[in-house]
Amino acid sequence: MIFDIILIACIVAAACSMPGVFLVLRRLSLQSDAISHSVLFGIVISFFLVKNFHSPLLMIGAAATGVLTVMLSEVLLKTKLVKEDASIGLVFPALFSIGVILISKYAGDIHLDTDAVLTGEIALAPFDRFVVRGVDLGPRSAWSMGLIAGVNFLFLLGFFKELKLSTFDAGLAASLGFRPHLLHYGLMIMVSITAVGAFDSVGSILVVALMIVPAATAYLLTDSLAVMIALSIGVGVVSAATGVIVAFSLDTSISGTMAVVCGLFFAVALFFSPRYGMVSKMIVARDRKWVFACYTLGVHLLHHEGTPEEEQESHVRHLQDDLKWAPKYAKKVVASGIRNGLLLKTGNHLRLTPLGKETVRSLMNRG
Amino acid sequence: MTKPSPSPILPLEVTDLTVAYHEKPVLWDVDCAIDEGTLLAIVGPNGAGKSTFIKACLGLIPTAAGRVKVFGKTYAVQRKRVGYVPQRESVDWDFPTHALDVVTMGRYGHLGWFMRPGKTDRDMAMDALEKVGMAEFARRQISQLSGGQQQRVFLARALVQDADLYFMDEPFSGVDAATERSIIQLLQELRSKGKTVIVVHHDLQTLKEYFDWCMLLNVRRIALGPVDEVLTKENLHRAYGGRSAFLRS
Repeated sequence: MIFDIILIACIVAAACSMPGVFLVLRRLSLQSDAISHSVLFGIVISFFLVKNFHSPLLMIGAAATGVLTVMLSEVLLKTKLVKEDASIGLVFPALFSIGVILISKYAGDIHLDTDAVLTGEIALAPFDRFVVRGVDLGPRSAWSMGLIAGVNFLFLLGFFKELKLSTFDAGLAASLGFRPHLLHYGLMIMVSITAVGAFDSVGSILVVALMIVPAATAYLLTDSLAVMIALSIGVGVVSAATGVIVAFSLDTSISGTMAVVCGLFFAVALFFSPRYGMVSKMIVARDRKWVFACYTLGVHLLHHEGTPEEEQESHVRHLQDDLKWAPKYAKKVVASGIRNGLLLKTGNHLRLTPLGKETVRSLMNRG
Repeated sequence: MTKPSPSPILPLEVTDLTVAYHEKPVLWDVDCAIDEGTLLAIVGPNGAGKSTFIKACLGLIPTAAGRVKVFGKTYAVQRKRVGYVPQRESVDWDFPTHALDVVTMGRYGHLGWFMRPGKTDRDMAMDALEKVGMAEFARRQISQLSGGQQQRVFLARALVQDADLYFMDEPFSGVDAATERSIIQLLQELRSKGKTVIVVHHDLQTLKEYFDWCMLLNVRRIALGPVDEVLTKENLHRAYGGRSAFLRS
């Protein structure tokens, strides 16, 4: 059974991470939170109409609610009486709370309770089998989420160029006739349908983690959009699988553990990403500090080279007296200059090497 | 002065263009007709509607009234003959892509929906990068470029659009003097090939040196014509009020 759960978790994570990339790049992360909540309204209304949890009408209802959420937010924004964040924050709680009231009032006896709405119940998913003519084809949600993941993938593949352009430069996209507004709604429908599909497994709060966190992690690791999408899927799938296994061995909430593992991946990228991580930024900043100090010293030495004061100005003690450098700091700067082949030290006097002179000269010309 | 010599099909013909935000006019009844091979600057104070004018011509914002004709037809029909350089600040330079890829985006209009850029498009993009002196930065992540380099990338992207009429929104903003000179050289080169280039500009000092025509705008069209004829004390006073340092000097 654990394999079924891992399978479902991985498919859910893959489906979620694809729209997530564009949500992160378009700074719409909060919009996914809004949509994943307000689709509850659509699910409940559609359920009352068809009385069946597996009807495709649920997806249509959810997609419509997603679009409704975006449209209502835009209408509010256009009144100019509320700001953008508030316009989102006003719409989804309204729809979500109506959904919650409808469930608690009229749907007491069905498998839709308010706890499951928030965190989902992936452990139960394998019990719901997809059976065709008596043949068990596996868990139903693996099939439905697989379909959604496939549609998401085709959407990204088919509109890759258009999504890229309209995300990077909506003005040019519009001027070339690419209808960025339509693409925006396409993306929001994709988010809505994915949110509904993932609802059963991970609930409406953790679906946001699976959409945003892998994409935010991938964003820190690459400079290419295509690679970012691939990495995002990879991070999502690996953290889903790891999350399920860890949750089983610790006997904790599966969806919660999946989200935590996702978060850990993000933390690792945040600190250790080769290019954008905090650690490499700190190293670069530190190196730059020493290099700059070295150059300052180099400019000073070059300036006084061949002048009567050279003897005095190039003395090591001079660094403390006139450059006002602390002895320890001065020592470190000199050491790093010697290590990099820019400086020579004879006795207590400092000299620039030919390489040092050339470096300093080119630096001064550039400035 | 109001109209250039009549020509069968003008690159840009705007009549009675009015744009308003919530009943507040941003552009009011603007007319203009631009001849082929013109290098035109749009100048005016902040909030005069310079960018709005460009965006309205490109159909990016709704108009309250008026008509825009590009080479005798509506813009939607003539998209492929028009190039656009938006303001540099209008896009997210942290987007995960490199300079060559951004320039290739200029080909998207010619490709249309679903078609992927191929080798020819990338070669064109590379040539354009070379032209603006940015070939060595082709694979550089765009956030690692300086403001002037980013502007050059945008210009290269416009070049691969291979248009006959260009709209450029403040291509000189935030660039150093050397970049500014090389950009204006490229624009003059475009003009000498018979292209029409319309540029939002805000440095009155360089106006005469760089451009041959000028439209002075402040919600209304104050003046349109050769730079010398437009830059009169009276016109500038009407556009800028007492605010122009150029007026006093």
